[in-house]
Amino acid sequence: MMLQLSGVHVHYGHIHALRGIDLSVQIGEVVTLIGANGAGKSTLLMSLFGQPRVSSGRIVFDGEDITRLPTHVIARRDISLVPEGRRIFPRMTVMENLLMGAVMANPDNLEVDLKRMYALFPILEERLEQRAGTLSGGEQQMLAIARALMARPKLLLLDEPSLGLAPLYIKKIFQTLRELNQNYGVTILLIEQNAHHALRVAHRGYVLQHGRIVMTGAGRDLLASAEVRAAYLEGGNPGN
Amino acid sequence: MPPFVAAGDAPTWAERGRDAAGIALIALLLGIPMIGLTTVDQGGALRVLTRWPLLAAFVAAVFCGRLLLRHALDLLKRRRRGRPGAAAEDEESGRRGVRMIGWAGWLAFGAALVLPLVFSDNRYVVDTATTVLIYVMLGWGLNVVVGLAGLLDLGHAAFYAVGAYAYALLSTQFGWGFWAALPVAGLVAAVFGLALGWPCLRLRGDYLAIVTLGFGEIVRVALVNWTDFSGGPNGISSIPRPSFFGLPFAPSGDAPTFAASFGLEFSPMHRIIFLYYVILALSLLTNALVSRLRRLPAGRAWEAMREDEIACRALGMNVTNVKLSAFALGAMLGGLAGVFFAARQGFISPESFTFNESAIILSIVVLGGMGSQLGVVLASLVLVLIPEIGRDFSEYRMLLFGAAMILIMVWRPGGILSRREPTLRHAAAEGGHA
Ligand SMILES: Nc1ncnc2c1ncn2[C@@H]1O[C@H](COP(=O)(O)OP(=O)(O)OP(=O)(O)O)[C@@H](O)[C@H]1O
Ligand SMILES: [Mg+2]
Repeated sequence: MMLQLSGVHVHYGHIHALRGIDLSVQIGEVVTLIGANGAGKSTLLMSLFGQPRVSSGRIVFDGEDITRLPTHVIARRDISLVPEGRRIFPRMTVMENLLMGAVMANPDNLEVDLKRMYALFPILEERLEQRAGTLSGGEQQMLAIARALMARPKLLLLDEPSLGLAPLYIKKIFQTLRELNQNYGVTILLIEQNAHHALRVAHRGYVLQHGRIVMTGAGRDLLASAEVRAAYLEGGNPGN
Repeated sequence: MPPFVAAGDAPTWAERGRDAAGIALIALLLGIPMIGLTTVDQGGALRVLTRWPLLAAFVAAVFCGRLLLRHALDLLKRRRRGRPGAAAEDEESGRRGVRMIGWAGWLAFGAALVLPLVFSDNRYVVDTATTVLIYVMLGWGLNVVVGLAGLLDLGHAAFYAVGAYAYALLSTQFGWGFWAALPVAGLVAAVFGLALGWPCLRLRGDYLAIVTLGFGEIVRVALVNWTDFSGGPNGISSIPRPSFFGLPFAPSGDAPTFAASFGLEFSPMHRIIFLYYVILALSLLTNALVSRLRRLPAGRAWEAMREDEIACRALGMNVTNVKLSAFALGAMLGGLAGVFFAARQGFISPESFTFNESAIILSIVVLGGMGSQLGVVLASLVLVLIPEIGRDFSEYRMLLFGAAMILIMVWRPGGILSRREPTLRHAAAEGGHA
């Protein structure tokens, strides 16, 4: 078991954002969590890092209870986050951003890891000295993923990586995720509103609604389910 | 009446005229109480006199000035826009800019080295240059906190004061020498930096600025009121001057003096020049230290934190330590500058460490271009030299000072050198990472 949440509740003051979440990710899986705006998806991801702290429940990562660990300590485990809105360092160069991803990693791996990132995202190698803030949105998303991968995570968390990207870039990002999972053995927990793409890459999916998990199952089954189609696919543009 | 004419084609003269008339109207309204009316003392009673011709001249000058200014700005804009591929050029010109900064740095270094030799009999020049270097050092210290770590600190003079008083007390009360007291005073200032940093960990931006402002005032007010400890408003005098590694700068004495030991004729300039080289060495050390740290993961973390604190946490950085280390280092550098200041003046009092001082140091960092080391040097030169040059204008001196600051910020909104230097070149990264 890579990650296990049991009975997780989160409050923001009076707002009860997560109401008893049970969720698990097996080693080697791609799991996706879909839900509407405000369902609590980002809250769930951030609470893994203790921001915000869970008010009750337990989070176990790789056999260790991380529920009460400080944020930076959790982040030093083999777990990396690609946050909502990318959050790259805009005034620093692409290279510096990649190095920041590896601040806590073993420096001996640096050269190898950089090469791996150039292979995954050739555009980054061309832009090493460009200020990251001047990259296009899609390039920034790739940089954010590459930065997270520089720490050699076993578990990669992504919060809406396709947000605001053109169809071509979305395809590329999801292809990369599949490649990471199949060729590099990275376990992935993916948060998406783009249910169509997400459920096709994922082995399993969860549907979050008002802080509760209302449905779970294999990616393909959810994709076929009438309720999911009605709520997250119809009226959207599943075509891309 | 829009304050700026839209960026389209050149505005007609009628538009410019309207724009200038609007500005002139503001000048008129402001000018009536300030210029149009004046009071004279006539046998004990105040009488109001009017000066309409003067006011008219003022308004006319504003009108013409505005017309000319707009004309000049439009010309400038058209020239800039006229250059082909201005945007595409950006990265390349940036790289050239970084190279030029490198050259300018070495040039400034060379000039700083030979300056006292060229002006070895001009006390005024060497003294002023020493003052510039003190501000350079203060600026570099604050640059770590504000420029790199992005923590707005309005109380830097507090650390300057801590360093100065630490040396003053250690030397006058316990007979410590300059060189022995220097590291200790630096450490004391660093501890004060931590003491300030700790309560500020959760604060950002405006809120942080207010707390640091308060901290600066607390230190100053404590120094004013704690008379037994600090001498209160009278300060501390007869602080010993640094010696040349044990050889005092004195005309003659029981112990061997500097001049005697080197077979020179005594001259008061020896000490002035020595002091200059001491602060030059201290600043160069500071620069080497900060530039080196910036290239290490620990230093790069400061900049990353300025950019995005949450991302830093998610990458496993301990933001608490990153912040505290920036505060401590900045404070220590400020403290070292304070030690030098006390040793140079021989007398210190809380007067020297008012908010005004913090504001000037902050202006140096902002004016120089946040985070730029060479920018701090240029801004220190400007901010020290302008009041000096302005001495000829006596009471208009500070007016000149303020106008210069406004002009620089209008001309270069990001500071004199606003382009950030990357902490490593591509080639360096390829060939193994430090
Ligand atoms: N810092 C906060 N303080 C108070 N309420 C918050 C905070 N962050 C989130 N919330 C609330 O918690 C709920 C869940 O928010 P969350 O950001 O997790 O949604 P989400 O599923 O990620 O939505 P989206 O798809 O729009 O990103 C929302 O009602 C939101 O208003
Ligand atoms: Mg969200």
